[in-house]
Amino acid sequence: MILTLAFRNLFHDRIRLAVTLVGILFSIVLVAVQLGLYLGSSREITSNIENAKGELWITAFGAKSFEDGGTLLTQKERQAALGTPGVKSVAPVLSVFAEWRKPKGGSTRVVIVGADAEDGGIAPFRLVEGTWEDIKAPEGIAVDKSYLSELGIDGIGSTAQIASGRVRVRALTDDIKSFTQSPYVYMPISRARALLDAPGNTATFHLVTLEPGANLETVRAEIKSKVAPAEVLTKDEFLERSLKQWLFNTGAGAALIGGALLGTLVGTVIVAQTLYSSTKDHINEFATLRALGSSSGYIHKVILAQAGMSALLGYALGMVLALIIVYAAQGSALPILMTPALAFGLLVLTLCMCAISAISAIFKVTKIDPATVFTR
Amino acid sequence: MSLNPASQPLVLEAHGIVKELGEGAGRIMAVKGVDIALKSGELTLLMGPSGSGKTTLLSILGCILSPTAGTVSIAGTPTAGLKPEALAMLRRTHIGYIFQSYNLFPTLTAVENVRIALDVAGVTGAVAIQKAEQALRDVGLGHKFTSYPAHLSGGEKQRVAVARAIASAPSIVLADEPTAALDSENGHGVMRLLAQIAREQNRSILVVTHDSRTLMYADRVIHIEDGKIVSEEHPAKAPVTELSGKAILAAAPVAVAADNTPAEKPRRKSAPQRTKEPAEAKILTDLIQKRKSNA
Repeated sequence: MILTLAFRNLFHDRIRLAVTLVGILFSIVLVAVQLGLYLGSSREITSNIENAKGELWITAFGAKSFEDGGTLLTQKERQAALGTPGVKSVAPVLSVFAEWRKPKGGSTRVVIVGADAEDGGIAPFRLVEGTWEDIKAPEGIAVDKSYLSELGIDGIGSTAQIASGRVRVRALTDDIKSFTQSPYVYMPISRARALLDAPGNTATFHLVTLEPGANLETVRAEIKSKVAPAEVLTKDEFLERSLKQWLFNTGAGAALIGGALLGTLVGTVIVAQTLYSSTKDHINEFATLRALGSSSGYIHKVILAQAGMSALLGYALGMVLALIIVYAAQGSALPILMTPALAFGLLVLTLCMCAISAISAIFKVTKIDPATVFTR
Repeated sequence: MSLNPASQPLVLEAHGIVKELGEGAGRIMAVKGVDIALKSGELTLLMGPSGSGKTTLLSILGCILSPTAGTVSIAGTPTAGLKPEALAMLRRTHIGYIFQSYNLFPTLTAVENVRIALDVAGVTGAVAIQKAEQALRDVGLGHKFTSYPAHLSGGEKQRVAVARAIASAPSIVLADEPTAALDSENGHGVMRLLAQIAREQNRSILVVTHDSRTLMYADRVIHIEDGKIVSEEHPAKAPVTELSGKAILAAAPVAVAADNTPAEKPRRKSAPQRTKEPAEAKILTDLIQKRKSNA
């Protein structure tokens, strides 16, 4: 009967129900978009680190992110790492912002990712046209097909100029977006050094792959002692540092999370307001229940059931709209991600939001004097 | 089954009940040292003018209000010192309520309105449905299970309220002005039903009323004035089955003082034809005045 009463109370005033659902829907969509953008951004920021095979990253002291690695490392750090027991390979990676000159005039900023896949470095992942062998051919590079227009080229075979040298698109990746909006350009490290006039054997990072069974912390400590002041970071630490740099030091992530919190707050306030007014309208019935001997818990359950039903209905509607927005944003520079974990998290958030919203209504019924049934 | 109330056990006892209401200078004593006991199988009327304290007393007896002083015992359980949740448990276990304005849930059907009282009492599922439907059949609403309160007449609404009050088989049914919002025929119908329930289901029913039309159904009439019980009568009433909706004041009241000593002889063997309510009120007032002067 608790569910029956809650359902009838909820649907008794359909305008109020509509307001409640719109409030929850608005909240869900706002939170879904904000957190979806956060996830999308995170994926873009971390995609290269995630797809690298090594376990440890040797970076210059204070390196901020994959794109902003600071001063270049030398062969000294690489040799030190290679001489450490438990290390299988050390692959140099060059990651540097550079100017891309479009064939038809104009320029844009790109991130050169120079590495040799054979050494365990970063290979362009999600290749949809061309191969690593094609990229190794003279002037060869790989770019993401979503940036062709931005780079002023047509596709495979197009040429452009980076810094002092010419490059030719020999392979295309799919869906490797850049959070900085500067497209990644993949090429062998020797070509990258040549284009950038970087001294031989220099690198932004050294990517360390361990022997099977080697202890990560032991190897890390030993390398660290040899390469100081350079840092030795685990993959997770480097991911965290990159996310911190782009999402929090720039304020972008804070804005996204702030938007999500605002959405939650607005939703909570709207649901709380409508639940409170519904409870007030049905106060005589709750007083009657109390006079009939119901426990406080029984009445609280009715209110919480109302909140729960509102949450489930609002969530379902909100998710439909959120998924439409996610679908529409798929091709954009900053896609919105909707993962099963996020969808489940939103459900939990909605239920919590509605449960919190019920607090004011519960306070209201807690103060009911059953004697009021005799005065109505 | 009809039992002699005199031989029935006490289901409710209250001694020295005092209730003060309000704060500071506005504080009043609504009930002033009332003793009352209710027996199974007995329909008791608590009568008195507006402001006499009858509804306050009903609320105290029903564990809704706590007395300022005095003791209440429900089915042998003293209520003094019990917390609100414990009092609520006593209510749902032992007491059924009928309210003047029905207090039905407008969004629930008749059978659901009865079921919710059972649900509160912990009776759920098919058993609850069966009991709710039986209670509605008992009050003559077997054909109105799925009707919403908005589609029921005043009399039907009050009968649903009666069904709700008796569905969980409480030992005590407390009714606050159950006929006040009803026309004569429906008022008599509800009272006839309550009298029948008291006798046949062996319940103790206390009806707060100032409606003199209800006198004929009472086993006992308690008069309260200014928060004090001023008299108690045991009217010799006609069998329930013989009471018709048109019969008014058919039984002659046997008045007794609050100390249970006879106060006066029966005033009349049969009531005059009822003309209008103010006349009945006057009869009642005269009766009380005369009893006072005799005392």
